[in-house]
Amino acid sequence: MSIRERLSGNEASAIAMKQINPDVVAAFPITPSTEIPQYFSSFVNNGTVDTEFVAVESEHSAMSACIGAQAAGARAMTATSSNGLSLMWEMIYIASSTRLPIVMSLVNRAVSGPLNIHNDHSDAMGVRDSGWIMLFSENNQEAYDNLLMAHRIAENSNVMLPLMVCQDGFITSHSIENIDLLEDDKVRDFVGTYKPEHYLLNRKEPIAVGPLDLQGYLFEHKYGQSQAMKNAKKVILDVAKDFENLTGRKYSFFEEYRLEDAEIAIICMNSTAGTTKDVVDNLREKGIKAGLLKIRVFRPFPAEEIAKAICHVKAVAVLDKADSLNAAGGPLFTDVTSAMYLNDCKVPTVNYIYGIGGRDTTTKEITSVFTDLEDIVRSNTVTNPYRYLGVRVEK
Amino acid sequence: MYNLKEVIAEKPSRFTAGHRMCAGCGAPPVARMVMRALKKEDHAVVAGATGCMEVSTFIYPYTAWTDSFIHTAFECAGATCSGVEAAYKSLKKQGKLPEDEHTKFIAFGGDGGTYDIGLQSLSGAMERGHDMTYVCYDNGAYMNTGIQRSSATPRFADTTTTPAGKVIPGKTQSRKDLTEIMVSHHLPYVAQTIGVKNFNDLYAKAEKAIYTKGACFLNVLAPCPRGWGYSTDMLMEINRLAVETCYWPLYEVENGVYRMTYIPSKKLPIEEFLKLQKRFAHMFKPGNEWMIEEFQKEVDTRWDELLKKCEMSKLN
Repeated sequence: MSIRERLSGNEASAIAMKQINPDVVAAFPITPSTEIPQYFSSFVNNGTVDTEFVAVESEHSAMSACIGAQAAGARAMTATSSNGLSLMWEMIYIASSTRLPIVMSLVNRAVSGPLNIHNDHSDAMGVRDSGWIMLFSENNQEAYDNLLMAHRIAENSNVMLPLMVCQDGFITSHSIENIDLLEDDKVRDFVGTYKPEHYLLNRKEPIAVGPLDLQGYLFEHKYGQSQAMKNAKKVILDVAKDFENLTGRKYSFFEEYRLEDAEIAIICMNSTAGTTKDVVDNLREKGIKAGLLKIRVFRPFPAEEIAKAICHVKAVAVLDKADSLNAAGGPLFTDVTSAMYLNDCKVPTVNYIYGIGGRDTTTKEITSVFTDLEDIVRSNTVTNPYRYLGVRVEK
Repeated sequence: MYNLKEVIAEKPSRFTAGHRMCAGCGAPPVARMVMRALKKEDHAVVAGATGCMEVSTFIYPYTAWTDSFIHTAFECAGATCSGVEAAYKSLKKQGKLPEDEHTKFIAFGGDGGTYDIGLQSLSGAMERGHDMTYVCYDNGAYMNTGIQRSSATPRFADTTTTPAGKVIPGKTQSRKDLTEIMVSHHLPYVAQTIGVKNFNDLYAKAEKAIYTKGACFLNVLAPCPRGWGYSTDMLMEINRLAVETCYWPLYEVENGVYRMTYIPSKKLPIEEFLKLQKRFAHMFKPGNEWMIEEFQKEVDTRWDELLKKCEMSKLN
């Protein structure tokens, strides 16, 4: 029997970490993820977990300590947001290239500047090429579930990559919603114990980690990372299957919401999917065939699968909660459109940059996107594929 | 009683030949002796900051370290080592590692990775009290990238970013006193040492640091033939003169108690140390006598301050 609770996204993440009982957690306070290490340190100090909590002096050190701990043979976790992830950036690449399955909870927040503490995805998008598996979560339940699945994916011998679970700052992290929790023993059985093949603390086999890796080898090592990222796709689905058997909750690369017979569709990530579902339901009642594709797995990017899932619609809008500032389109948009091109999927597609710096995105705005899509279908032309939703612009 | 021959015979080097450090570099003897201070039966995990020592001892697929070694980046040997140590503590506590076997944690960083870019990470690791020893091999500049000044570079030194020019005669600022900064962390053991004579001072301090529980710090002067401009066979002589001129005092601070571990019977003038190094050559040009005077004054002031601290410790 699962446990019914009411928790914020941060509480749910901290509880997932408690149930996972990692060997080491190293973290630094930053809004809005601060609560995760805060709740977690109470588990440490009350003896509910075996974890060594390292209250580091910066996020750079948080990731450095996680790398050290994971390489030593421990399971290491951390949590951060925004500039915290920016400060970690150097170490983020080192974690993945060292093939250490560290798990991070990333509570998405706008990256400075100027300073803003609210939600968008600019932090996550800044590390999208860093070799981390990136899972996005619509709500507290998904943030919790994704964390429970994280280690099984990251630590798989065909993968061995770090993984971050994203959720929207404040919108998810600080909102209290109903949630189904698993019992501690079920989580521990599901997650299993970490058995590294090679690790620093194995005195029978001393190893050296993090070499100077020159022209003769770096290329092959990077290729190895790319193959691991490809391998992760199958592992993600396998773990999701096991998770479904345990909980009844079904996960895949993405969620298709009323997409099967949809004529117009939105692609987005995290909490905006919840708002979009509401709009889709309203439009359906009016006979408008709207649908949603909510990305859960952003890295590895399920390019072919996404293209196949949306190819039947007549117009698509990709919502990006971060801009690429490349004069061409947001990061999710460029990924989706290149996936479509390579899979012969010729559907008029438009991009909306939205919700930057925590700007509220309402059902009214999502509805306006669907209205735009209807216009595109009618006119069969996309005049400006790179748009902003809800921005005030001087005319 | 310490005997170098016996130590070498009894404890094979855990820092092997074949590494690519320069001839006449002061750092490899430091690494060798620090690693020799480990008990034979103990395993070690060494964390290295990016720098000469790291890029010359661990070029894929080779390593000069017989113990486990980890390098992550320039500024975070302290934090990386603290993560390894935290993992050890956690796994040990959970019974996931054998109870009767011990692993020690040693970090090596150059002065760039320790005094400058790695200072925060070092300070954090020391303040948190991880059971580790951080060894700074101080060669007084960013030697790995080509002799740029650091906060450990002495005043007037000619470096590639503080060239001895027509208007500005080398580095204009004084050297940061990192050992004292570490003392201010109230650590159980902080020491300043160097490889001189039979390496007794270095060995004894390394042993004490490694086997003192908690975060310990060693600052070891490690001359660089390229950056300092001396002929490679002069390493041990330069080390000796650094000590005999009181440029690099040998002392330790154990739980706040200062103790000089060597006091020269006759303090040599600083020129003896300076004149063997090309980086100070401009100080010996006519008209630049004031530079040597200033340099001497700073050495004297720092030495006297240290003596006073040692005296104060005796009184307490």
